[in-house]
Amino acid sequence: MSLVLASLAVAAPGGRRLFGPLDLEVAPGETACITGPSGAGKSTLLAAAGGHMERGFRLSGRIILGGRDLSGLPAERRGIGMMFQEAVLFPHLSVADNLAFGLAPRLRGRKARRAAVAEALEQAGLGGLGGRDPATLSGGQRARAALMQTLLAEPGAVLLDEPFSALDPERRHAIRQFTFETIRRAAIPALLVSHDREDAVAAGGPVLSLS
Amino acid sequence: MTSGGLLRAVAGTAILGGLGLPVLLGLGHGIAAAFGHFPAIGAHGPDLRPWRELLEMPGLGRAVLLALWTGMAATGLSFLLATGTLAALHGRGAARGLRRVLAPLLAAPHAAIAIGLAFVLAPSGWIARALAPLLGWARPPDIATTGDPLGLALILGLTAKELPFLLLMFSAALTRIPVGAQMAAGRALGYGRTAVWLWVLLPQFWPQIRLPVMVVLAFSVSVVDMALILGPSAPPTLPVMIARLSSDPDLQALLPASAGGVLQLVLLAGTFAAAAVLARIAGAAGRAFLRRGHRLRGTGRTLALLPAASAGIVLMAFLALAALLVWSAAFSWRWPELFPAQLTWRHWLDAGRWGWPAGASALIALASTGLALAAAVAWLESADRLGRRGRDRWLAAAIHVPLLLPQLSFLTGLSGLMIRAPLPPLAAVIWGHWLFVFPYLMIALKGPWEAADPRLECSAAALGAGSWRRLWRVKLPVLLAPLLTAAAVGFAVSVAQYLPTLFLGGGRIETLTTEAVALASGSDRRVAAVHAVLQALLPWGAFLAALAVPAILHRERRGLGGAA
Repeated sequence: MSLVLASLAVAAPGGRRLFGPLDLEVAPGETACITGPSGAGKSTLLAAAGGHMERGFRLSGRIILGGRDLSGLPAERRGIGMMFQEAVLFPHLSVADNLAFGLAPRLRGRKARRAAVAEALEQAGLGGLGGRDPATLSGGQRARAALMQTLLAEPGAVLLDEPFSALDPERRHAIRQFTFETIRRAAIPALLVSHDREDAVAAGGPVLSLS
Repeated sequence: MTSGGLLRAVAGTAILGGLGLPVLLGLGHGIAAAFGHFPAIGAHGPDLRPWRELLEMPGLGRAVLLALWTGMAATGLSFLLATGTLAALHGRGAARGLRRVLAPLLAAPHAAIAIGLAFVLAPSGWIARALAPLLGWARPPDIATTGDPLGLALILGLTAKELPFLLLMFSAALTRIPVGAQMAAGRALGYGRTAVWLWVLLPQFWPQIRLPVMVVLAFSVSVVDMALILGPSAPPTLPVMIARLSSDPDLQALLPASAGGVLQLVLLAGTFAAAAVLARIAGAAGRAFLRRGHRLRGTGRTLALLPAASAGIVLMAFLALAALLVWSAAFSWRWPELFPAQLTWRHWLDAGRWGWPAGASALIALASTGLALAAAVAWLESADRLGRRGRDRWLAAAIHVPLLLPQLSFLTGLSGLMIRAPLPPLAAVIWGHWLFVFPYLMIALKGPWEAADPRLECSAAALGAGSWRRLWRVKLPVLLAPLLTAAAVGFAVSVAQYLPTLFLGGGRIETLTTEAVALASGSDRRVAAVHAVLQALLPWGAFLAALAVPAILHRERRGLGGAA
């Protein structure tokens, strides 16, 4: 399934156009990078694709995932995962329960679900940390846990809103590799918003510059 | 209709139909009755007789002046002390400690504080006992210390209750102003702390705290339960006079009582106008003074008097609570000993006496709080789903209406309406409490609800969770602590209600508050003390639960303020 933005444009509540119309196609396993100065509408673009836009913003054009037009669907029906700058985990749930929250309902049975969560934790190098309070994880661990949570929901695409910018430079490289590698293996298209040129290079997909 | 639209319709109907409309109807009925129109008791107006009867009441003029004087003095004093205390304490990391210290006073009902204060102030109370050896009093002095003709005890009692409330509201409002930076800028220009507070901070601060100050003013000018216990009696304050008329067995007395309610409304409008004018004048005078460039350095000492006075009042309130405890278990307590020679549990063991009112108080508080919590969550959640967060100014206005009107001005009307359309007394009382529980609960919940991280909901939606699952599994658990705190606030408000129980229960519902107020004028201090202690214990229990439950459930969740 590839993600297609077809003449997508967003206007602010006052009627001012934030960006677009723009066209972009992201192939499965590929990560497209969106760059541009602050205020260019990068985060709004992600919100538009994911269905998280605030009331009052006007969207035109279409968002198509695997041939299906998603425009107008609520966020929970789009099957598009989202990762924020400081990996958002639910503060009231343990790390494992956070992942279980993401895990697609398709997988049935307590044992099977628990096993799936354990495997995902293992994959992210978080084995044995399932019982932990998410607030006690390091930035890198949080980022990996959030990515796993997102992928367990079996999304058709992922949106990444500057997911590496809050990490310290040593960790950033490793987490970036892990993220792109995992997305490649999941074979889903991803949209990455970033200030960092290195992110764009490492993503290796199409680069779209908003101005 | 979308789920958000449906939720909003249900919550909006409950709020408008259950709160806005009845308050207006009660008010309307009260005004009609004031002009002699009250068909249910055979009065057909318009007729000015109720006003004539009201004006002929002995001591009415003095009652009016007393209500205005005590209410305005208590509000002014609370305002002065609250701002002065925060000005002196700000930047010293005292805000958290302040909250903890004040919590028991905030939660304690007005009547409980008033009864305890009467025990402390009375000629045979703790203060007189402490002074007795020094002044050689062989028996309690013959001075009117409670029920004094100037209402000083009432002013003290009101201040003991309203000062903590204003301190809390003000310290919350202060977090929205960059106090530290502006203080530094002002002092760098050579202005003293007092000058920066008066000319820089207070003018920005006032618009944010105007509403709570008006709520305090409305309450203080029209208070009944505290005035019955601490206020003067011949004549009493206007609200007490009207409340007595309203509960007169002769239903015809409802007509002058309604006129009294309208009079109260007019007086309150007058005090609001006076407060607004005063604020204007103070602002203009401040600016004129500021242009002259006075630095007001070295006034720090004078400023330090205000927190000292606040501490004195807070201490007095705690003494009052302690006096309740001691009296509730006193057996023999001879003058001028400071502590009873013998303690007894006898009054506590008489559970047949306090059990029913305590159960009624708890039941009514739980029911009204539960309804209010459901309505508040439904409203806030529907606003989120429709993307209209924070845009409903009319609601903010509507929920303040019951808090800004004198209770008597619409409760007399509502109880009048119930002659025609009677509700079961218990249901009527629960609903009457809800009128006051819902606004306070909503005020307590709205801020934390809207401050919750919106990314949590986005995340949950991106993981495929629909709006109901997001509400139950993410928002409500994350907001557990503020939800329970808001519920505890609602619970405390309900336990403290006096007039709604009296008026809407038709005298058939006895709560701890109505019992405590009735017993306060009786001869047995011990029984009154037991009721007043219980009255304070119920809300304290609710607040403790609101602290303990999230702390236990989330003990290993640092992100929710659990164990560090």
